[in-house]
Amino acid sequence: MQSLDLSVPLQLTIALGPDLLLMVGAMILLLWAAWRPDSAAHQRRVATASIVLTVLTGAAVWWYLLRGYTAAPGPIAIDNFRWMADLVILTGTVFAIALARDDNDRQGIGVAESHVLILLASSGMMLLAAARDLMIVFLAVELMSIAAYALAGLNRRSVRSAEGALKYFLLGAFSSAFLLYGIALVYGATGTTNLAFIAERMVAGSEGATALMLGGSAGTAALMLAGIAFLLVGFGFKVATVPFHMWAPDVYDGAPSAITAYMAATVKAAAFAAFLRVWLEAFPAAYGAWHAALVALAVATMIVGNVVGLAQRNLKRLLAYSSIGHAGYLLVAVAPASLQGASAMLFYLFIYTLATFGAFAVIIAMTRPGRQTVMVDELSGLWAVRPWLAVGMTVLMLALLGFPVFGGGGFFAKWYVLQAALQSPNPQVGLAVALVLTTVVSAGYYLYVIMVIFMRAPSADAEPLPPTPALTRVVLATAVVGILVLGVYPNWLHRVAAKGLPRVEDASIVHIGNAPIRRSR
Amino acid sequence: MSEFLNSIGYMSWVLPALLAIPMAGAALIWLTPTPRRRGLVPGADEVMSGLANGPRWLAFIVLLVEFIVSVGLWWTFDPGVVQWQAPFDIPWIPSWGVRFTLGIDGIALMMILLTTSIMVLSVLGSWTGVRTRTHGYYSLMLIMTSGMLGVFMALDLFLFYVMWEVMLVPMYFIIGIWGGERRIYASVKFFIYTMVGSLLMLVAIVYLGLAGADPRTGIPNFSYDQILATVRVTPTAALWLFGAFFLAFAVKVPMFPFHTWLPDAHVEAPTAGSVVLAGIMLKLGTFGFIRLAVPLFPEAAMREDVRAVILGLAVIGIIYGALVSLVQPDFKKLVAYSSVSHLGFVMLGIFALTVESVQGALLVMINHGISTGALFFLVGMIYERRHTRMIEAYGGIARTVPLFATLLTVVSLSSIGVPGTNGFVGEFLVLVGSFKTRPVLAVISGTAVIFAAAYLLWAIQRILFNPLDKPENKHIPDLNRRELALMVPLIAGIVWLGVYPAPVLRRMEGAATRFVQQVETRAFRGFAER
Repeated sequence: MQSLDLSVPLQLTIALGPDLLLMVGAMILLLWAAWRPDSAAHQRRVATASIVLTVLTGAAVWWYLLRGYTAAPGPIAIDNFRWMADLVILTGTVFAIALARDDNDRQGIGVAESHVLILLASSGMMLLAAARDLMIVFLAVELMSIAAYALAGLNRRSVRSAEGALKYFLLGAFSSAFLLYGIALVYGATGTTNLAFIAERMVAGSEGATALMLGGSAGTAALMLAGIAFLLVGFGFKVATVPFHMWAPDVYDGAPSAITAYMAATVKAAAFAAFLRVWLEAFPAAYGAWHAALVALAVATMIVGNVVGLAQRNLKRLLAYSSIGHAGYLLVAVAPASLQGASAMLFYLFIYTLATFGAFAVIIAMTRPGRQTVMVDELSGLWAVRPWLAVGMTVLMLALLGFPVFGGGGFFAKWYVLQAALQSPNPQVGLAVALVLTTVVSAGYYLYVIMVIFMRAPSADAEPLPPTPALTRVVLATAVVGILVLGVYPNWLHRVAAKGLPRVEDASIVHIGNAPIRRSR
Repeated sequence: MSEFLNSIGYMSWVLPALLAIPMAGAALIWLTPTPRRRGLVPGADEVMSGLANGPRWLAFIVLLVEFIVSVGLWWTFDPGVVQWQAPFDIPWIPSWGVRFTLGIDGIALMMILLTTSIMVLSVLGSWTGVRTRTHGYYSLMLIMTSGMLGVFMALDLFLFYVMWEVMLVPMYFIIGIWGGERRIYASVKFFIYTMVGSLLMLVAIVYLGLAGADPRTGIPNFSYDQILATVRVTPTAALWLFGAFFLAFAVKVPMFPFHTWLPDAHVEAPTAGSVVLAGIMLKLGTFGFIRLAVPLFPEAAMREDVRAVILGLAVIGIIYGALVSLVQPDFKKLVAYSSVSHLGFVMLGIFALTVESVQGALLVMINHGISTGALFFLVGMIYERRHTRMIEAYGGIARTVPLFATLLTVVSLSSIGVPGTNGFVGEFLVLVGSFKTRPVLAVISGTAVIFAAAYLLWAIQRILFNPLDKPENKHIPDLNRRELALMVPLIAGIVWLGVYPAPVLRRMEGAATRFVQQVETRAFRGFAER
């Protein structure tokens, strides 16, 4: 247990160790990737090196986790929540690169740099999970997003990919502006961008005060309120909540499948980690002010995502809407602003990462060369043609549905979120009911996929599927086995997730009335 | 017998063994030759090619073993003991307070025996009816067996929920893959209806678990016994929680007006699917009322207005089910709707809340499993021969298939509730018991017995006894030995329970009495406190 002083450059560097390892490694790989002309073999080599680098970074994160560093409040968090979020992100990164390697091969995209872009985006995400200062949040969001814009347009021969990428870029820039403006307003109200200090300023001298519990005048309170609202919109765009979700289906549909999975699972995971940290660390005092808005967002997201999902016949769009629905479920974990919510979110994100990458592995296996997308009907009779893909997809669909045993860990993820939502002192009964009712709606489209796989005859004129590439198989098998094992024995993951709390130094979250308040020194 | 069983520690391992045996069997089935390994087209007729032999024999043997293992409970179960019997308790997810707790009382005992016996017969009933993808079919049947048994045994609310959902997926596939023409519609409807109810129950379970959480560690508690003993919620919360459980179970029973999935699912399911649905799955709903919904929230369940609504729905279901059966041209649909009527009797018995009516309700649950199961088997047998279920397509076939005609008549009489058959005892007890507290409802429900006679006797008249005027009915082969072997135990059950139900009643009496007393005292005390 060593305490780091983040004002000392060397110690700050140590605190950012894993992030820097990934960034520096990515730079070196970038040079190597650009050194040689594009070719399929080169693309595969860079992918393998990228996976090795990611795994090394994961090991570094693990080592930091075990060392148990601490630090005084500063721009960077050193707590379990960060390390756990990093592990979720890195798991997703490995899956994404593995899938991208196979998908690029099949689709003839020989761009070795794509893997490096994934690494760069991931390093932005790791920074995002660590950020305890709104400026770092912004920096990290941009680092992540700019790489993701490029990734979305990776397939340069496709019009849809270009359209999606442009949409993503424009709306992403738009949302960054919201984020930045919100940061500016919060800074205006509190005079700081550090999360802990914001919380302190908000509580200072406000015991028993009204509404916002802000020390200052009505004007400051209005600034603060507007700042929180803008930040909510900014994060809302990044995690694709309704009504800020419009870009998601087009982008997810246009991007290469591996990148779609990466955006749907990992980008979302990182954005949610930052979202939760900002809300839990900076704004608990304003719980009464933002809670209703967050609940409205969550309910709208769950309803729209799942209801519109019912109408989808394109598998990638179906999963896009499913991922919007899942953003709604994750908001349910953010809403109580509790530490339980943080653990539940990490647990959920891990399972969700497994399920999403597994499902996209199936999509990649099912995509014929030269095609970009898979219609649900193309899965007709998959059980007769490729039984293992069929069984895997069924497990993954049931996991996304949150069904016990057959859907494995998916059920426990929902269960944990429900439990966090219903736990005192801020029980969110309405949100819990909305969560389960929209889950029933989502059964409509998940079951449709399963129905097509098992209950339709294979179409006679379909050209035969190419054999499933090796790494895709590995990703699919890992995801399915992981989900099934966690569905019977979630103890290990729960123990880990339960420790994944944001560390709140020299202050503890206490609850006054209905709102959790951080008591300052 | 019980000394021998106790000497091998039977009661300490029987419940987990009953859950494990079918699961192991489901895995073993895939070791038998599959069409893929033989290089054949999947989806081809496997009864002809002999590939079905492995799965169906294996499933039969596994379920026979399962039945033999379960039947020991009949002797080792001690009706005089108040505690849960054959207890089994290990931690599952300690940090969530979830335990793997199993145990049975008299009610669960009879339900388990009903399940294990019907499942063996169901395999026999699918022997030639299911001809494609037999590996999947029989392994799903086995997984479903574990799920259903788990619901009857679970003493942890979390485990109860998991088991409740486990049985849903196999049934979805069984209806959706091996069902009739509108199978996909029926299977999705079945799945979604059940899921709406059960997910709200999940919220209620989480709420209860957190309400009973350890105040020191904050770990929730899902143990049925502890929640029953310690958790007290406000009357308003109790009402909502009861509502959540009510919806889950009312859909499953199904009570009017939540019954609309039932005719679709029962009619489209393959024969054994219908038998399992009617024979066992519907009972899970009424069992849920007796085990969870009513004992946990007696104040809410026995509030005058709530009780009146539920009793009203039960009686509407009884009459409505009978009337709709009367006009069905499709024999399978007729049997399906008759289930709505019979299950209405069960609900009436439970909510009339006298010892007789509850015992009667329990007996109706068993009887309906036997009689309606048998009716579905018979419908399936004649369907395999003539490929139609329309009553008007038959007529006078008593002359061509005398054995079938005899059995159908006996089973119909039992379903009507003619004295001397099992159906009489259960419905009679329900009516006598509910007459004490709700005379008007009892009298109205009594008329349903007459309707039952009308729709079934009229149907068998049109099927069996009218003039034999259709040439295709003149050469139907009669029942074969397998079909006879499968019907004989059911007929034996009909006669045995009709003439001498005392051993069954004795085993359930303790649990029924306890249920009534517990609910009465707690509901009464709840009112007194307010």
